[in-house]
Amino acid sequence: MASGNNLAVEMKGITKRFPGVIANDRVDFELEKGEIHALLGENGAGKTTLMNCLYGFLNADEGEIFINNKKVEVTDPNVAINHGIGMVHQHFMLVPPFTVTENIVLGKEPTENNMIDYKTANQNVRDISKQYGLNVEPTAKVQDISVGMQQRVEILKALYRGADILILDEPTAVLTPQEVEELVKIMESLTDEGKSIIFITHKLKEVQSIADRVTVIRSGKLIDTVKTDTVTTNELANMMVGREVILEVEKEEANPGEVVLEVEDLYAKNDRDLMALNGTSFSVKRGEILGIAGVDGNGQTELTEVLTGLRKKEKGTIKFKGREITKPQTKRLFEEGISHIPEDRQKRGLIMEFKLYENLILGRHDRKPYASGLNLNNKKIKEEARRLIKEYDIRTPSETVQAKSLSGGNQQKLIIAREFDRKPDLLIAAQPTRGIDVGAIEYIHNSLIGQRDNNKAILLISLELDEILSLSDRVAVIYEGKIVDILDIEDATEEKLGLMMAGAESEEVKGGGQVG
Amino acid sequence: MVDKNISERKAKYLQKQRLVDLIVPIIAIIAGLIVGAIFMLIIGAEPIKAYIVLWNSSFGSLRGFGEMLVNTVPLIFTGLAVAFGFKIGLFNIGGDGQFLVSYLAAAYIGYMFQLPMYIHLPFALVAGIIAGGVWGGIAGYLKAKLGIHEVITTIMFNYIALHLVGYLVGGPLKAEGPLPATPKIFDTAKLPRFVPNMRIHYGIFLALAVAVLIYYILWKTTFGYEVRATGQNPDAAQFGGINVARNMVLAMFISGALAGLAGSTQALGLEYRAYQPFGFVGYGFTGIAVALVGKGHPVGVVLGALLFGVLSRGAMMMQSMVGVPKEVIEIIQAIIIMFIASEYIFKYLARKWRERKGGVADAS
Repeated sequence: MASGNNLAVEMKGITKRFPGVIANDRVDFELEKGEIHALLGENGAGKTTLMNCLYGFLNADEGEIFINNKKVEVTDPNVAINHGIGMVHQHFMLVPPFTVTENIVLGKEPTENNMIDYKTANQNVRDISKQYGLNVEPTAKVQDISVGMQQRVEILKALYRGADILILDEPTAVLTPQEVEELVKIMESLTDEGKSIIFITHKLKEVQSIADRVTVIRSGKLIDTVKTDTVTTNELANMMVGREVILEVEKEEANPGEVVLEVEDLYAKNDRDLMALNGTSFSVKRGEILGIAGVDGNGQTELTEVLTGLRKKEKGTIKFKGREITKPQTKRLFEEGISHIPEDRQKRGLIMEFKLYENLILGRHDRKPYASGLNLNNKKIKEEARRLIKEYDIRTPSETVQAKSLSGGNQQKLIIAREFDRKPDLLIAAQPTRGIDVGAIEYIHNSLIGQRDNNKAILLISLELDEILSLSDRVAVIYEGKIVDILDIEDATEEKLGLMMAGAESEEVKGGGQVG
Repeated sequence: MVDKNISERKAKYLQKQRLVDLIVPIIAIIAGLIVGAIFMLIIGAEPIKAYIVLWNSSFGSLRGFGEMLVNTVPLIFTGLAVAFGFKIGLFNIGGDGQFLVSYLAAAYIGYMFQLPMYIHLPFALVAGIIAGGVWGGIAGYLKAKLGIHEVITTIMFNYIALHLVGYLVGGPLKAEGPLPATPKIFDTAKLPRFVPNMRIHYGIFLALAVAVLIYYILWKTTFGYEVRATGQNPDAAQFGGINVARNMVLAMFISGALAGLAGSTQALGLEYRAYQPFGFVGYGFTGIAVALVGKGHPVGVVLGALLFGVLSRGAMMMQSMVGVPKEVIEIIQAIIIMFIASEYIFKYLARKWRERKGGVADAS
């Protein structure tokens, strides 16, 4: 430190090989003390591998790691922890029935007479949460708190173990826009306290708004490390993907036809038996994309599930192609022409252990040409699978690998192939681009527009306001299970929608505009 | 391109995984035998001699081989029962109860009616299938409709079956005479024996045919597809329009029917009547081990059933011929099951070994 070298972490020439692939190829990486450093790259580019080498989950084949200017052999995570490194994984590693405090002190409990000293533990947790402005309730159970809160618990866990250098792996993937904002504040207060943060992401916008510097990795190779205020989002996208990326979606004027789906005064309960849809009404026409904007947890999930027969409605009417559906049943709805891209591809969309060809028939596995009578027609199924893989550009060695061996973007393409191939009249796309890389997002956006131009009705439910704004022809804002208002895309600005998403009536928004 | 590389690497890895699936049971068997040998040494027996007896008891003579197959028949059925349950994500521990109700049902039809064989035998088998199926299906229904865990219901139904069958055989259905058993079944209900002076009966062919049928159902029919989809990911199955609840009931019916076939073939092929049970025979329980060893695949189940058939036959012979208590075989069985259940350790060691080897190769 006296030397004037202000690096918290320095990784030199890191190479990590897996059988058949080089995940990291002589990558250099530096983290200055007190900075927020983004590590940007597409899925599979080698970001997480690099960080796993730093955290000791993996051992690099070549290269050196310096922590606070000292050369360290990070053979396992304990070494990293002892050197003040903490990692917050994308999928939290918490014990749901335990309290916040119990989770934080787990493995390092303060004890008195061999018993856990909960008083001290709770106090410790209160102290550090106060110090860094991370508000948590120490005695709440983790299963009862929001995802954003759980993430704070993970961060506190690392801090409790004395971390000065924090690695956050895709921390915003699971957060609502508000929670993202709060996370950014937390990250800033952490760096104010002298912590350094590495922040793994593939979202360009976040890099610009959160990080001081950014290191871009592509196909395992270091592309560059730059200050974020010296590059544009487009430049970053090009560095990340390696070719010109069009972030704006190009589309023609919509040409809407007759109403395909009409929802009126719909009520439905959520899993906790509370009313989640409180009289939702809207309609979708052929040849248009209706975007549903809103903060997570305002009834979007329940709406999708009711419309696809996965959840019971309490009351209200759903009309599809002019006919009222009194008892929505998944199978019937599919057969009548509704396709659905679910918001959670691993939970609902795919059977990860199943092979691609098996996944591609889910939902029509008992119909011709895939089945005759009780029997599956495996030959035909594989044939069709090969056609779809080609048509939808799914990158895979063959149709006989398991779905879990594909990257996130290709998994999503697999679902899209299956759902589009049904030739639906209505397509319900819930979070169609969550957690996938830019290249695949571009592809999916263009295919949604393509379906629209093909005279399909599309209901797009997304938490990404950008996505709503760039794809939709009309935007409905949902708040506490009710549609606040439906705007034409020309009238929908980010500010207006933002206010409405927070519950302001459309009139107030307009009125506010006049006064301001 | 990178995408492709990664997928290929993963595909290769998955192929390797399949190899591990084969190797693990073999290593487990060897480990079980070694540990068994250690125990024998401790109690002063001669393991090599004992193992020769073990081998010869099943493979040394035609009679021995036949007797081993007699042991194997019920295990194929109960193994398939557990494996089929696994496939839809349910754990059928109720094999013993399903065994017993079918055992009695088949015997009852066997002695109550006088019919030509081509009607009588199928009738008795079907009765057994329905009895076991209903016994398992109830657990499936309770799980699907009320969310009651199938492990609990199937265990409880074991006791209900044990005492119900015990009461019926000891009371209302008891034959005259001192024996606590039903009357003998008519010849027309018997599964024929096909080697003179040996007990091995057509049940073995029935078992193999049913194994093939189960394979066919699971991988070649839409129902099997739905069963596997539900087992792997019930949410996605539901999303795909699959009626999860109905399939659970149906799958548990089939699972119960399979365990039931173990009981019916025992009554119709071997004992020719139903005896009052003293306790659980344990076929259902061993079926869990068989399904584990067989990795839930019908072919694996058949092989696993053979393994346990050999071991249980060997246990008797080792005791009578070289004085090794049959409990040693139980220890060996336990070790094998434990090793297979802790397959994770093998995979971990294999990965470490590969990583080290990979590291050395890189350095050179």
